[in-house]
Amino acid sequence: MVDFSQNHFELFGMPISFTLDADSLAARYRALQKIVHPDRYAASGEQSRRLSLQHATLVNEAYHTLKDPLCRAQYLLALKTGESSGGQATLSDPEFLMRQMDLRETLAEIPDADNVQEKLVTLMQEIEKLIKAEIACLAIQFEESTPEQLLAAAQSVQKMQFLNKLRNEAETIEDDLEKDY
Amino acid sequence: MALLQIAEPGQSAAPHQHRLAAGIDLGTTNSLVATVRSTQAETLPDMEGRHILPSVVRYSSDNVEVGEAARLAAPSDPLNTISSAKRLIGRAIGDLKSIGDELPYEFISADSAVPRIRTVAGDVTPIEVSAEILKVLGQRAVDSLGGELSGVVITVPAYFDDAQRQATKDAARLAGLHVFRLLNEPTAAAVAYGLDRGADGVHAIYDLGGGTFDVSILRLNKGVFEVMATGGDSSLGGDDFDDAVAAWLLEQAGLSADVDRGTLRHVLDRARAAKEALAGSETVEVEIDLPQGGSWHGSLSREQLDSLIDLLIRKTINTCRRVLRDAGVSADEIEDVVMVGGSTRNLRVREKVAELFGREPLVDIDPDRVVAIGAAIQADVLAGNKPGDEMLLLDVNPLSLGVETMGGLTEKIIPRNTTIPVARAQEFTTFKDGQSAMAIHVVQGERELVADCRSLARFELRGIPPMVAGAARIRVTFAVDADGLLQVEAREQTSGVSASVEVKPSYGLTDDEVMDMLQASIDHAQGDMVARRLVEETVEARRVIEALTAALATDGDELLSTEERKVVDDALGNLAAIADQSKDPKIVEAAIKQLEKDCEFYVERRMNSGIRKAMAGHRVDEFASQEDPEAK
Repeated sequence: MVDFSQNHFELFGMPISFTLDADSLAARYRALQKIVHPDRYAASGEQSRRLSLQHATLVNEAYHTLKDPLCRAQYLLALKTGESSGGQATLSDPEFLMRQMDLRETLAEIPDADNVQEKLVTLMQEIEKLIKAEIACLAIQFEESTPEQLLAAAQSVQKMQFLNKLRNEAETIEDDLEKDY
Repeated sequence: MALLQIAEPGQSAAPHQHRLAAGIDLGTTNSLVATVRSTQAETLPDMEGRHILPSVVRYSSDNVEVGEAARLAAPSDPLNTISSAKRLIGRAIGDLKSIGDELPYEFISADSAVPRIRTVAGDVTPIEVSAEILKVLGQRAVDSLGGELSGVVITVPAYFDDAQRQATKDAARLAGLHVFRLLNEPTAAAVAYGLDRGADGVHAIYDLGGGTFDVSILRLNKGVFEVMATGGDSSLGGDDFDDAVAAWLLEQAGLSADVDRGTLRHVLDRARAAKEALAGSETVEVEIDLPQGGSWHGSLSREQLDSLIDLLIRKTINTCRRVLRDAGVSADEIEDVVMVGGSTRNLRVREKVAELFGREPLVDIDPDRVVAIGAAIQADVLAGNKPGDEMLLLDVNPLSLGVETMGGLTEKIIPRNTTIPVARAQEFTTFKDGQSAMAIHVVQGERELVADCRSLARFELRGIPPMVAGAARIRVTFAVDADGLLQVEAREQTSGVSASVEVKPSYGLTDDEVMDMLQASIDHAQGDMVARRLVEETVEARRVIEALTAALATDGDELLSTEERKVVDDALGNLAAIADQSKDPKIVEAAIKQLEKDCEFYVERRMNSGIRKAMAGHRVDEFASQEDPEAK
C-alpha cells in the first residue's frame, strides 16, 4: 500500500523545509515516476496497474504541493501546527489591506483603459514583486518556526492567496484580449 | 520447478520474449499503424504498399469498405460514405450543430445521446465508424507481424475532452483491440522526434491535422518527456482551409452555398487539390464541373489562399501564445518547434509559426507519419519490451474539470495542465435544512459559467442524513487516470454515504450499448461471444503471468523469503494451468483475480523497494549538506 504516513518531504527524501532546491526536487520527481508510473505497468495485471495509479497520483500531488511556493507554505504550516488549513486566520495587516484595495481597483479599471496591454503588464509585474517578497518572508518565518513566526507565516499565506487570485484574474483578462485580436 | 511448467510454448513466455505491439494514429483524414521491429519504428503498408489509410468508411448493404476505395466512392455515394468520424466522435447531436460543419450525412436522434448516421447498412454511430478503421489497421499489424497483438497505443488530439477520449476507447474495444494507453498526438510526435535527436530542453509541438489543432510545450530531460502545457481546438484543421477555399470557389463559379451534396464534394475535392498544389507554385488553375452541365475555369493564387486562411491560422497562433504563458516560458526559450500534421505543409502556416517563435520550424520528419511512429515506440515500451528503458511520458489534462455550484457557476477542481494521473477533492455542503440529496453536475472547460462549459455527466448523491443547511460535508473527488479519463466520487463525510460515476453515459455509449454492438459485430462474423471473451481473458492471464515472471526474475530472490516465493510460484502455476485448460472465461477471470490477490504483497513490496532505491541513489548523488537525517 502507499505509505500515507510519510509526508511529502519524506516521500521525496528531502528535508522538511520551506527553502528547497527546485532542481533536486524535479530530479527526484522524475526518478520516482520512472518507478511508479502506470506506463511501467501497462502490460501487468489490473491490480498492479491500480496500485501504480495510486502511487503515481500521490507522487504527482506531492510534487505539485512542494513545487508551488503557496501550496508548499500551506502544507508546511499544516505539518507544523497540526491544523489542516491555514485559511482560518484573518488578515490583520492594515497596510496590506490598503494595498489590496488599490490593486483590486487598478485591475477593475484595466478593461476600460486605453492602453490595456501596457497597464496589465505593469500590474502583473507589481503582483510578481509582491509575491517574491512574501516568499522571502516565508523562508525566514519557517526557518525560525517559533509560534509567533508561524502566525506570521499564516498571514503571509493569506497575502499570497490574495495575490495569486489577483494574478489569475489578470491572466483571464489577458486571455480575453488575445481572443478579440 | 514451477516456473518451467508455465514456460511451455504457446502458453506463456520467457521474461524477455518480444511482445507484439502497435501504435495507431487514428486521424481525421488519414490513419496509420506503426510498429517497432528490430529497434526501428516504421509504419506498416497494406498489400498494395500504401502506408496511409484514408479515414473513410463506406457502408453498402452487404459490405463495409475502408480506406482508398471508400474515399474514391465518396462523391458518388455521399450518404453512405463517412469521412469525418473523428470530428463527430464523443459528441452529442447538439454539439454537431455548433461544429458548424456542412456535413452531408443524415443524422437521426435516437434514445441514445450518441448521434447516429443513416446508411443503407443501418444506422451507425461515429464510434462504430472509427472501430471499422481500427479493425483494418489492427489486422494489418497482425498480418505483417505474424501474431496477435498484446496491445496498442492509440493517439488522440491533446485537446480531446473526456467524452472524446472515452468514445475512442470504446471504438478500440469494438474493434477488439487491447488499449495500453491513449496517447496525445503532440506527445507522440515529441517521442518520435526527441528519441531521434536526444535533445534535452524545452520544445514546442505545433500539430495541425485535417480536423484538429494541438500545441504542446514539453521539457525533455534524460528520457522523461514532461508536458508543461497543452492547448488547441478539437474542431479546427486543414478541412477548414478546404471549406474556406471551397466557399470562395462556389462564389467565383456563381454557385450558391446550398448546391447538391455531390457537387459540394466535388468542389471540396478541387479546393483541397488547389490548396495542396499551391505548396509548390504561386498560382493554380481550377476547373469545376457545374451541376447544370459545362464547367467553370478559374485560378487561385497563393496570395488569395493566404487571405482565405489567415484568420484560421491566427486562431492557432493565439492558442500558442496562451499555451506558452501556461507553461511559464517565453517564445525565445523554445529550442525547437516541431511541425506535425499534413496541414503544416502549408507555407503560410510555417511562416506564421516561424514569426511567433523567432525560428524556422522543423519539418524534416514526415508530418504524416511522425505521430504513428511515436505511438509505436511508446507501445513497444508499454508492452514491456524495453526493461530498464529510461523513457517516460508525463502528460497533462488539457481542460479544467469542475462541478456546477449555486447560480450556474463553475467550481474548478482540477485546473487545466495538471500532470496526470491526478486526484483532487473539494468539500461542498447543503444549502437547505434537511436536504437529503445533492445533484453533482460535472463540467469541463475554462469559463466561469456552466452554460459555457461542456457538460460531462450528472449524478446524484442520495441518502444524506437530515441536517441543518451547511452542516453536511460532501467531499467530491475527481480522479483522472493516465489515459486522461475522469472518475468522480461524492461522499458525505459524517455518514459515509457515497455515490460515484465513471464519467461516461451522458455523451458516450452505455456499457449495454457497447455490448450490443460487440454482439452484433460478432454475429456478423459468425463468431461466438464466449469464445471471444475466453480469448480476451486468456490473453490477460498470459499478460499477468509474463509480468510477474519477469518481476520474479529481476528481484524475486531479493524481496521474497522461501515461503513467500512458494506462495507466488504456486499462484502462478495455478493460473497457468487454468488459463491453459479452462474453456470458461469467468473461471479464467476469477483465477486472475485470485493470483493478483495472492501476490499483492509482492507487487507492493516491489514498488516500495523501487522508490527507496531511487531516492537512495539521489542521496548519494547530492551534497551531504542538503540532507537532513531527521527527515528520513
